[in-house]
Amino acid sequence: MSEARAATGDAATDDAAFRAEARAWLRAHVPRHLPPMGSPEGFAAHVAWERALFDAGWAVPAWPARYGGRDATIAQWLIFEEEYYAAGGPPHVTQNGVSLLAPALFELGTDEQKDRLLRPMAAAEVLWAQGWSEPGAGSDLAAVRSTATRVDGGWRLHGQKTWSTRASFCHAMHGLFRTDPDAPRHKGLTYFLVPLDAPGVRVSGFRRLDGDLDFAEVFLDDVFVPDRDVVGAVGGGWKVAMATTGSERGMILRSPGRFLAAAQRLVELYRRARATASPLDRAAVARAWMDAQAYQHYTWQQAGKLAAGQSVAAESSVAKLAWSELDVAICDAALGVLGPRAELVEGAPDAVDDGAWIKAYQFALAGPIYAGTNEIQLNVVAERLLGLPRE
Amino acid sequence: MRVPPPAPPAPTDEQLALRDTARALLSRECPPARVRAAWDEPAEAAAAPPAWVALARAGVVGMTAPERFGGGGLDAPDWALVMEEAGRAALPGPLLETTAVAIPLLAALGGDALCDRWLGGAAAGRAVLAVGLGGAPYVADAARAHLLVLEHAGEVHAVERAAVTLTAQPSVDGARRLARVAWQPSAATCLADGPRAAAQLAAAFDRGALAAAAQLVGVARHLIEATVDYAKVRTQFGRAIGSFQAVKHHLARAHVAIELAWPCVWRAAHAVAGAGADRAIAVSLAKARASAAALGAARAALQCHGAIGYSFEHDLHLWMKRAWTLAAAWGDAAWHTERVAALILDPTSQGPAHA
Ligand SMILES: Cc1cc2nc3c(=O)[nH]c(=O)nc-3n(C[C@H](O)[C@H](O)[C@H](O)COP(=O)(O)OP(=O)(O)OC[C@H]3O[C@@H](n4cnc5c(N)ncnc54)[C@H](O)[C@@H]3O)c2cc1C
Repeated sequence: MSEARAATGDAATDDAAFRAEARAWLRAHVPRHLPPMGSPEGFAAHVAWERALFDAGWAVPAWPARYGGRDATIAQWLIFEEEYYAAGGPPHVTQNGVSLLAPALFELGTDEQKDRLLRPMAAAEVLWAQGWSEPGAGSDLAAVRSTATRVDGGWRLHGQKTWSTRASFCHAMHGLFRTDPDAPRHKGLTYFLVPLDAPGVRVSGFRRLDGDLDFAEVFLDDVFVPDRDVVGAVGGGWKVAMATTGSERGMILRSPGRFLAAAQRLVELYRRARATASPLDRAAVARAWMDAQAYQHYTWQQAGKLAAGQSVAAESSVAKLAWSELDVAICDAALGVLGPRAELVEGAPDAVDDGAWIKAYQFALAGPIYAGTNEIQLNVVAERLLGLPRE
Repeated sequence: MRVPPPAPPAPTDEQLALRDTARALLSRECPPARVRAAWDEPAEAAAAPPAWVALARAGVVGMTAPERFGGGGLDAPDWALVMEEAGRAALPGPLLETTAVAIPLLAALGGDALCDRWLGGAAAGRAVLAVGLGGAPYVADAARAHLLVLEHAGEVHAVERAAVTLTAQPSVDGARRLARVAWQPSAATCLADGPRAAAQLAAAFDRGALAAAAQLVGVARHLIEATVDYAKVRTQFGRAIGSFQAVKHHLARAHVAIELAWPCVWRAAHAVAGAGADRAIAVSLAKARASAAALGAARAALQCHGAIGYSFEHDLHLWMKRAWTLAAAWGDAAWHTERVAALILDPTSQGPAHA
């Protein structure tokens, strides 16, 4: 994220102009309906859209121009997100690069890495998968057992990653490997960038709760990675991962715009279905809409702190708890309004909005699990924000 | 599609300074023992409410009054931060009613004679003002008020204490003095009617709800801070109870609710000051979230204290009961949620003011 400008009268004018420009472009260009990302044709369609966004300068508005951004402030980025989702923009297929790897590169990457990696990542020329989790390392991320061993000019990687979102469609993976089995758990890890077409890599897709081919296992058998693809220090992988988690949990991954748009669609759904909705559904709709507003106000407050140079580290756990629960609340309310039609999926003749709500509900249910489960986030809030003792 | 309102600015240095002044003053003048003592004062006590004179001297009571009456001429964002401090201290008495609701209402509708007679005294802390608006069946602190501002059939009336008959209605929060008020509306007591009264009454109600929301955030923050402190020192099974996840999660959830409620209050304070079209939604969002956050904090605080928190001798209940009563006053979470629902969902409504 580029240096935020101080809020001035001029900033307000700039922001209004920025919003108007974004809105006009998005209204004219956002695609109507794309197939789900977790299929070859759906993935390709999302990549094509992301390239169009990049060519118009809207893929990463808050990045520096040299990497394909437009040096927007945090406030402008939030405005862009509001406009993007209000216009019906789809989730970003570049997310696991742009939102998860890039923040770590900005903080800890070399200039060579930034110059080489950021622009193709934003342009959807190189699609990135996240390789953190393993069968034995979920919430306890520091338990990763996949290894990297020093060789001439680089490293040899062994092991298995899992739950890697859309890795079967991606070009490369970023993740944690154990480089020093004798060091204390958090100290023996290093952060690597791995091409998924390298010899010794096998990627095996499998289906998510909703049936889409969004998950993948990644098996690594003696995979060579050159030194230039180590991010941060050898043995400093945990620090790189932590540079990511702040953005993964907080507003960078899930800005309010997405939920404001969903809440607005919920209001429209209720208005169409009000004849059959119960007073309890009505209350649930209002409450979910209010949850989205509250998250917006919270995020703008946090953005103001960032712009003023304050750090908001553990607060990203507050944000994560808020957005993940409000997303479920929005979908819950919608399914309540739909009643007996709630279960109808895409293609069912009577499905409302082509089954979008039951689809969204299934994805919303993942929110409290990925990006650090909500139980872990509550521990972070309790220990780092409230100062309660560790277990 | 309407353009969303800009995010409110962060508190200014002046606003924070006023808040800090109020905080320091309240920790001196209104310690828990003083709150507890307020429980035992007779309902008809003629004395000023706790810390009242000191608050008036510091310019807090009169901060909403026009400057020509010795007031501060301040607006909602300034006083919202002070109300949070009043909640944090569980301050008894009608700061909310006098300062946030009645003074601006009198200033707007009162006419020269009435304003001359009351506003200077109110700002100086000599005259306590109580309010009874709309559907609220009871008036807080009516017994020690000198003037009551009352709504009757869409009209605004100002009635002196001697002209009303009170029936005390003891509250579970013993520091809160409620009464049913019997009085005779007349042309002489009427300040305004018709659309002029309606607009001012709506604004006054939203100021009351906003002030209650701000106080609730302060109450909730105190409840969680006190409980965190306790959870660090109380040991069971050989370790601090705050290290148990079940305890942590109670407190963390309460903290998240408070963290999400405050920006809603802050946003509502600017909506009240700006008198924009989204005032009702912003205030209702703030009051609904603050009420829920405070009630949740009260539950979490009690549960994490165990029996000590359940005892009358422990101070926790002073805040817990304030959370219960303020959460219900000025529209509870359900009432405000329904007000939002009507505005965003019903066919005649304009839809969400900002989305
Ligand atoms: C849709 C989706 C997409 C994902 N994408 C990726 C990806 O792209 N790359 C990647 O690397 N990973 C990905 N993940 C995996 C995700 O990071 C893990 O699911 C997450 O870290 C939790 O690990 P786990 O699933 O092994 O659950 P576990 O850690 O086994 O947890 C199971 C339950 O136990 C609880 N629990 C565990 N430890 C504690 C504790 N200390 N205190 C309290 N409760 C505890 C958890 O909260 C949870 O309720 C994805 C997951 C999902 C659902």
